[in-house]
Amino acid sequence: MSGEPFVEFAGAGFRVAGGQAILRGLSLAVAEGETIAMIGRSGSGKTTALKLVNALLVPTDGEVRVGGRATTAWDPIRLRRRTGYVIQEVGLFPHLSIGRNVGLVPELEGWPAEKIRARVDELLELVGLPAADFAGRYPHQLSGGQRQRVGVARALAADPPLVLLDEPFGALDPITRTELQREFRDLQARLRKTAIFVTHDMREAARVADRIALMGGGQLIALGTSAELAAHTDPEVRAFLEAGAA
Amino acid sequence: MSPDLLREIATETGRHVVLVAISIGIATAIGVPLGIFLTRRPAWSRPVLGLVGVIQTIPSLALFGFLIPVPAIGGIGTRTALVALTFYGLLPVVRNTVTGIAGVDPAIREAGRGMGMTDRQLLVRVELPLAASVILAGVRVATVVGIGVATIAAAIGAGGLGVFIFRGVAMVDNRMILAGALPAALLAVGADLTIGAVERALRPPR
Repeated sequence: MSGEPFVEFAGAGFRVAGGQAILRGLSLAVAEGETIAMIGRSGSGKTTALKLVNALLVPTDGEVRVGGRATTAWDPIRLRRRTGYVIQEVGLFPHLSIGRNVGLVPELEGWPAEKIRARVDELLELVGLPAADFAGRYPHQLSGGQRQRVGVARALAADPPLVLLDEPFGALDPITRTELQREFRDLQARLRKTAIFVTHDMREAARVADRIALMGGGQLIALGTSAELAAHTDPEVRAFLEAGAA
Repeated sequence: MSPDLLREIATETGRHVVLVAISIGIATAIGVPLGIFLTRRPAWSRPVLGLVGVIQTIPSLALFGFLIPVPAIGGIGTRTALVALTFYGLLPVVRNTVTGIAGVDPAIREAGRGMGMTDRQLLVRVELPLAASVILAGVRVATVVGIGVATIAAAIGAGGLGVFIFRGVAMVDNRMILAGALPAALLAVGADLTIGAVERALRPPR
């Protein structure tokens, strides 16, 4: 957790066409190699904030900088190819094998076939799904937890410096979920990617992240390590802590 | 049945198949890109689908009749029949292309965009493969309907199995009517089964 911020929200806001603000004045710096959890209720603006980072949405106020450059100055395709993205619904392509799903971004980037294959094998190994067994299978032949592992492997395929995760483990049973949280933590200890992890579960946030950003009503309410947040007196922070402890 | 009649049935069956194959080919070549365009410009979707739908409601004999006096595409013969059959094939193909692409899971589309696919890559690598079976179902419906409508093409001199049906009606000869109707029905069933099988093979696993 050192050096320049890799992702920086600078007074970033997002307002839908009708005029309603979903996100207001978000300022937050994510250091290189740091994992930040964004936590908040549904509609708190956390997913919107995440989509501003890979330019799926463009801020209507302020800006978001990735690698020191505003997202609006990036070619969105280039930015997204350099940014891993994992969503709750996983979004694996049902008509492609696991191997081709994982190798998709390298394929789009025009890597030679041999290099893609080696990378796919390496990544599937990394998430505990040996390629010999899994590369040829299709998404519908996998369990929810396995699919989500494939989603993580796919996001890491082109070795992006930044990974965005939008409630990646939200649809899993509690045991699988805890397993994947631990695996994510172990993976991060080795890879040290800059990561933004959106969740609504305080315990999950505490397990996976270095710092936690609590969002509410489109604004940043509190920011700190889980220990720092535990000492917080803001009622929304208390509400989340108590919900997490229950 | 005389060998002459059998030979004639074979010839007209061939013409019938060619009429339908060409017109459905053109309808697909126009309908799929048009459908794709409509998914990119949803505001156009209703008016265009409405217009294409209206064509479908024109009785086939009337449509053939309307086209005869139209310059360039009209007249007596095969060309007019091809134009009319293409019009009929358009609706199922366009509608199913729109439905198929719109039916792709939004999460899958978002994952593709988030991974840095261009609109074109998303279309070619994700949306079209996932919509292929639905689009083909449209082609199947267009083909089966086209085989039926093509029997009317004989009325404007385009030939096909309708020749026997019109002849049989004029001569009050049921066997002559069947000489056209039976092969036409078999063609329709055959096309339905064949395209249906391809359709199932293309259906994405889930």
